[in-house]
Amino acid sequence: MTNDKIIQVKDLKKYYKKGVIKALDGVSVDINRGDVMVVIGPSGSGKSTLLRSLNLLEEPTAGSIIFEGVDITNKKIDINKHRQKMGMVFQHFNLFPHKTILENMILAPVEVKKIPAEQAKAKAMQLLERVGLADRADAYPIQLSGGQKQRIAIVRALCMEPDVMLFDEPTSALDPEMVGEVLDVMKELANEGMTMVVVTHEMGFAREVGNRVLFMADGKLVEEGTPEDIFENPQSERLQDFLSKVL
Amino acid sequence: MFFTQEGFALTWDYRQLFIDGLVCTVSLSALTVIFGFILALVLAVMRLSNWHPFSFLALDKNGHLREEGFLAALGRFNPVSFIASIYVELFRATPMLVQLFIIYYVVFADIDIPSFKLFGTIRFERFVPGVVALSLNSAAYLSEIIRSGIQSIDGGQTEAARSLGLTQTQNMRFIILPQAIKNILPAIANEFVTIIKESSICYTIGVGEIMYAVASIKGATFRIAEPLVVATAVYFCLTFPTSKIIEHFERKMSVGDKR
Ligand SMILES: Nc1ncnc2c1ncn2[C@@H]1O[C@H](COP(=O)(O)OP(=O)(O)OP(=O)(O)O)[C@@H](O)[C@H]1O
Ligand SMILES: [Mg+2]
Repeated sequence: MTNDKIIQVKDLKKYYKKGVIKALDGVSVDINRGDVMVVIGPSGSGKSTLLRSLNLLEEPTAGSIIFEGVDITNKKIDINKHRQKMGMVFQHFNLFPHKTILENMILAPVEVKKIPAEQAKAKAMQLLERVGLADRADAYPIQLSGGQKQRIAIVRALCMEPDVMLFDEPTSALDPEMVGEVLDVMKELANEGMTMVVVTHEMGFAREVGNRVLFMADGKLVEEGTPEDIFENPQSERLQDFLSKVL
Repeated sequence: MFFTQEGFALTWDYRQLFIDGLVCTVSLSALTVIFGFILALVLAVMRLSNWHPFSFLALDKNGHLREEGFLAALGRFNPVSFIASIYVELFRATPMLVQLFIIYYVVFADIDIPSFKLFGTIRFERFVPGVVALSLNSAAYLSEIIRSGIQSIDGGQTEAARSLGLTQTQNMRFIILPQAIKNILPAIANEFVTIIKESSICYTIGVGEIMYAVASIKGATFRIAEPLVVATAVYFCLTFPTSKIIEHFERKMSVGDKR
């Protein structure tokens, strides 16, 4: 695995209400190409805010994010160009309900990347095949189960051929029996070498698939390490306390 | 007796006036709907736009936005949205009749419109100010409907679209508007019906629509009750099918909502 840095987060701060709420309070972290970085922490610790800042869905109050060598917090750059290369998967799927599965998938490749529709369709069908949903290509999102929706959301993002995939609690809104099918897709993606940043409460996934784990609390990065470091040998009291509650 | 057989018979003699009036009302409403809707769409997008032309003034040397101070406030100022808000508030807060008179007597006072008869009966130089006034007015109301429709779409839709690299404009066009318009169709239908009814106000500037026919028949026959009954019936026959037709489209568009 090469160690080139795909994303560098530098002293990132996100304040709400003029600094009364510090969702992020100075977070710095480097993400290497091929990393599967899992972010854990108690509710309200700033995990989502960090993840959403990475593609600037959340505009940071201070600090910078260097993505593939470009400071994307700089207002003068065209953020759309960089966002294309970062896939994002949300807790609530956010599929487009008025479009079929196939239309959901080819919209961005066709409109943003200007790929011919036929080519985009072929690519989409290939991805659908891989997640076992090719027969649902013409269905509407409402006709799918939660697990199916989330698998579609993942392949929809993959259609843009991103360099990194961001996941914000991708299994939290799912019925327990559907969690596995989504995690399997993510696992496969990780095995193919995709760079991933995953906010999750699935500690099993963090251990098994992650190569780095970040523990956040109160908007700060409290502890960082390999899954073994974090789960077998937690240093800080906050982390020990957190693990005792979730494990 | 308000109504007499003789009165209806007299009204019937002047039926051509109602037919002309009907043609005029329909043209007036149809054009108002088209222009009003286009303008409303522009206004709604303006109000929700994210254009901050002075934001460069609020950038610090690292290219980050300043948080506080006069420059920061200036940086957040969106003139496009501001203008649209003023427009909407102004048109919703003043009487339609005042707007119509201002358009007809003031704005169009020095504008030369060729005076000919559209479809052989509609006086073009009065019809145009009527369309303009109605369109400007209904655009204000329609834009508020559209804006609320846009804002009712879950924020996750925009987030998903933007995270895929769609621009704000593409997001509007492909994701938000198709869903918003479907949601607000009943309210829009309502506004279209309102436009048909409100178009009767153009009678005051001498546009030959349905109420103008009523007034003409009254002048000629000294009957008022019977022409009004006919006018009521004609208006109803216009508005009722309109709402039914839109309801039909609403059902057709709700594909994707059901399993
Ligand atoms: N738009 C907002 N306005 C005000 N405060 C906000 C806003 N968004 C987030 N916050 C606050 O920022 C903090 C961090 O929120 P964030 O969503 O990042 O937490 P999280 O770690 O993802 O929590 P969870 O596990 O519940 O998803 C919380 O205290 C939250 O209340
Ligand atoms: Mg969260």
